[in-house]
Amino acid sequence: MSTEELVDFDVALEKYDPVLGFEVHVELNTKTKMFSDAPNAFGDEPNTNVTPVDLGLPGVLPVVNKTAVEYSILIGLALNCQIAEKCGFARKNYFYPDTPKNFQTSQYDDPIAHDGWIDIELEDGEVFRVEIERAHMEEDAGKLTHLGGAAGRIQGADYSLVDYNRAGVPLVEIVTKPITGAGKRAPELARAYVGAIREIVKNLGVSDAKMERGNVRCDANVSLMPKGAEKFGTRTETKNVNSLRAVEHAVRFEIERHAAVLDSGEKIVQETRHWHEDTRSTTSGRPKSDADDYRYFPEPDLVPIVTTADWIEELRSRLPEPPAERRKRLKADWGYADKEFRDVVNAGVLDEIEATIAAGTTAAVARKWWMGEIARLAKAADKEIADLGVSPETIVELDALIQGKKINDKIARQVLEYVVAGEGTPAQIVEKRSLAVVNDDAALGKAVDEAMAAMPDVVEKIKGGKMQAIGALMGPVMKATRGQADAGRVRELVMEKLGL
Amino acid sequence: MHRTPTRADSRSRQSWMVNSSMNELIKLSATELAAKLRAGEVTSVQAVQAHLDRITEVDTALNAFLHVNAEEALAVAAEVDAIRAAGGAQAQALHPLAGVPIAIKDLIVTKGQPTTAASKMLEGWMSPYDATVIEKIRDAKLPMLGKTNLDEFAMGSSTEHSAYGVTRNPWDLNRIPGGSGGGSAAAVAAFEAPLALGTDTGGSIRQPGAVTGTVGVKPTYGAVSRYGAIAMASSLDQIGPVSRTVLDSAHLQELIGGHDPKDSTSLANPLEGLVAAAESGAAGDLSGLRVGVITELQGEGYQDGVQARFEESLELLKTAGAQIVEVSCPNLKYALGAYYLIMPSEVSSNLAKFDGVRYGHRVLPEDGPLTIERVMGATRAAGFGDEVKRRIVLGTYALSAGYYDAYYGSAQKVRTLIQRDFDAAFEQADVLVSPTAPTVAFELGSNDDDPLAMYLNDVATIPANLAGIPGITVPGGLSDGLPVGIQFLAPAFEDARVYRAGAALETLLEKQWGHSLISQAPAITADSIAQKA
Repeated sequence: MSTEELVDFDVALEKYDPVLGFEVHVELNTKTKMFSDAPNAFGDEPNTNVTPVDLGLPGVLPVVNKTAVEYSILIGLALNCQIAEKCGFARKNYFYPDTPKNFQTSQYDDPIAHDGWIDIELEDGEVFRVEIERAHMEEDAGKLTHLGGAAGRIQGADYSLVDYNRAGVPLVEIVTKPITGAGKRAPELARAYVGAIREIVKNLGVSDAKMERGNVRCDANVSLMPKGAEKFGTRTETKNVNSLRAVEHAVRFEIERHAAVLDSGEKIVQETRHWHEDTRSTTSGRPKSDADDYRYFPEPDLVPIVTTADWIEELRSRLPEPPAERRKRLKADWGYADKEFRDVVNAGVLDEIEATIAAGTTAAVARKWWMGEIARLAKAADKEIADLGVSPETIVELDALIQGKKINDKIARQVLEYVVAGEGTPAQIVEKRSLAVVNDDAALGKAVDEAMAAMPDVVEKIKGGKMQAIGALMGPVMKATRGQADAGRVRELVMEKLGL
Repeated sequence: MHRTPTRADSRSRQSWMVNSSMNELIKLSATELAAKLRAGEVTSVQAVQAHLDRITEVDTALNAFLHVNAEEALAVAAEVDAIRAAGGAQAQALHPLAGVPIAIKDLIVTKGQPTTAASKMLEGWMSPYDATVIEKIRDAKLPMLGKTNLDEFAMGSSTEHSAYGVTRNPWDLNRIPGGSGGGSAAAVAAFEAPLALGTDTGGSIRQPGAVTGTVGVKPTYGAVSRYGAIAMASSLDQIGPVSRTVLDSAHLQELIGGHDPKDSTSLANPLEGLVAAAESGAAGDLSGLRVGVITELQGEGYQDGVQARFEESLELLKTAGAQIVEVSCPNLKYALGAYYLIMPSEVSSNLAKFDGVRYGHRVLPEDGPLTIERVMGATRAAGFGDEVKRRIVLGTYALSAGYYDAYYGSAQKVRTLIQRDFDAAFEQADVLVSPTAPTVAFELGSNDDDPLAMYLNDVATIPANLAGIPGITVPGGLSDGLPVGIQFLAPAFEDARVYRAGAALETLLEKQWGHSLISQAPAITADSIAQKA
């Protein structure tokens, strides 16, 4: 599909400085839509979550969803923005069938939040500060499905269907100021920035934040300027890059493409680009010029939103700890090594480990279970760890059983499997299944005697000072005790019996 | 007039009706009819049937109604009659206007009846929901007689711009009934309905009221919910009452007013005391009331007969104890210009939704590819009339990048200046007064080639919309045998003042004449009907 010339990334970066900019749309998870009381829900039958307002029927009027405003303020506060004392909506006029009124009701020159920042930490710990220009409220459009002709594309389609369930879903659009100075780390920064926004809105509880469902959508702006220059080059805007990996790849691709165009002495066309996951490339969309005329004017059907200081402070008090700060704190508290902690973060079990430690285990024990046996069980069951149903209390109980020498590690792992299968708590399962370690010296002594009698050569080796040979006796002893022997006690008995 | 027996007659032979003619029943004011209904002297079914008969008789000539809702109106009337007959708490709880029929401007959406906005664009469309004012009317059990004609999407001052034919003025069938609410005004003037709803964006209730000798009120912006009134210019539109007496309008505004959570621009609290104000005004004592004559809204540009009736009204107000002061609102000279930028700008956006995709008219282009742009274009080209297109083009231009500041932006500044002018004027006067329209009803077709001449007819009514303040028109006499309207304006939220002043002038004039103005309207004869039908 793409016949674009590219310049190798490292070569491009020797010559040019990239400038980035992002517009991230976040779908809020309010119960109802931005301007109507229709349910805000994903995946329902087409055109069922609609009221006359969402269909743009004659005579209808919008009413602002107060929860959506609060969620928008929370996002603004989390991004260290100023919150406007007074702001309003405007109409963005354009004809398109996914927009039922043929205008989008959106904030325009007075966004609810503006002038913020967010620190983005890359994997190796390098931090970039990204300045936020604005975060404004708007409504989503409906969804078009093109049928006939080339699959899913508007060109050549016989007809198109419109689903207005998504029309009017509240969106917050977060716009950065131009990001300079990222250099060759620009693609990584792009990925990390969008990831951070996703994490923040998820942590705030204001969005489901699933990129694959379009809850978080990114338009990535890229331009290049000769190294050391101050005047930005012409930018392109790559639309709807809808996974973190794709954001990184798209920025990288555009840098390589821009460099090739500039190297050949041509000019970058200011335009939107479409990202193609299959070929990991962009193609030209429609030219975008400043002449796009949406005839914005203040929405006369709505009154201005006034935010009082009390209201903002009340919302500020609701802010959870920022994810980055929380991670810093937890890493220090738990004493994990860098790689250990990164693995924990990537596995997405921060909450579980924190809860387990709070319930009474050490940080090391919590990590051992969540990153070890529980992760393995989840993988085997093809489930998310969180969906496995293992509670922090289960881990605390298991750990206590091990510490009290009631069971050993191997039995504990079995017990966990039974817990996941729904057989009860660890203590109940040990009791019911008679899994407690055999400490009875008579029974254990008999098993040890039998093992020693059956393996005289091993006994000789031990007598000769090869203590690790005791391990060879462990198998038959465990077999005889159905795995319930305390390995330490077995070792002691062997030594006693041999007079060592 | 010959009357044929009706269904209502056979049901209640011993009623008041039998001894009176239908003629008298339809000539009652809404308040009088409501009293007779409560007293059991007439039934609502009789009242509704009498008005339906009148519609049958004269509407072929007038064309005030686009849709007659006979079956439902009679059913609601029968329900009210049954509740009254049963007595008890339910009868006690009936709204005072229950059973009094009403006509609805066809810009207001109604379940179970078509809503066309007098446009081809909505031919055959049925709203799946009721406007808030319609819910209130249903709750109060006023039988709805049907939907009245208007200029397409309320754009016009003559009701000549309807896709379904002109409405004629009952005073002279060769003249316009005003607009855009010519249908509601003509229906009330011709005794087809005692009450009607209108909408007023630049005078669409008041100017038709003036030229048909009826009463109409534009309430304070936000006093009545706009939810379900098909938007023309959102920041100017307001639903209001149409009637033959000031008291009737007060009753109707109290019924339809109040906060609506579905309309963000609606006032937090209902405006109260409107009926009481109308009753107190009708006592004819205006002692201490300062009435401001607006220098800019009289004299030059106003027909001699209109100016004469206006001056006579001022003299009468003085005799009732009012203090006449002259006030100046210098920025009113920019009102028409500002209005014709703000209104079309909002129109261009509000009417964008009519594209044939989701509902209403859809027209496919005659040749060439069937793309969405071309279907939308063909639909809008065929579905909208010339006046609507004129305003969409004007508004689209005024909002365009590079022109916004000069046009829409400047017009909004003028709007602020006009609001300040009114604020200053209301420091010197409690109410302001002017002729409602500069002319009496003009002849049909006389402004066909000159939209600007038609726009000028709203010069005195537009300022109230730009400022969001209430205004009333009351009949002020005749000029060359045609009605002249007198307008009162009051500060925002002080709708009670226009009812008091309006009722006072109405009482004083009727005392002087010895009759109401509307009673002098010429009969609509079989000959005139045959000629116009």
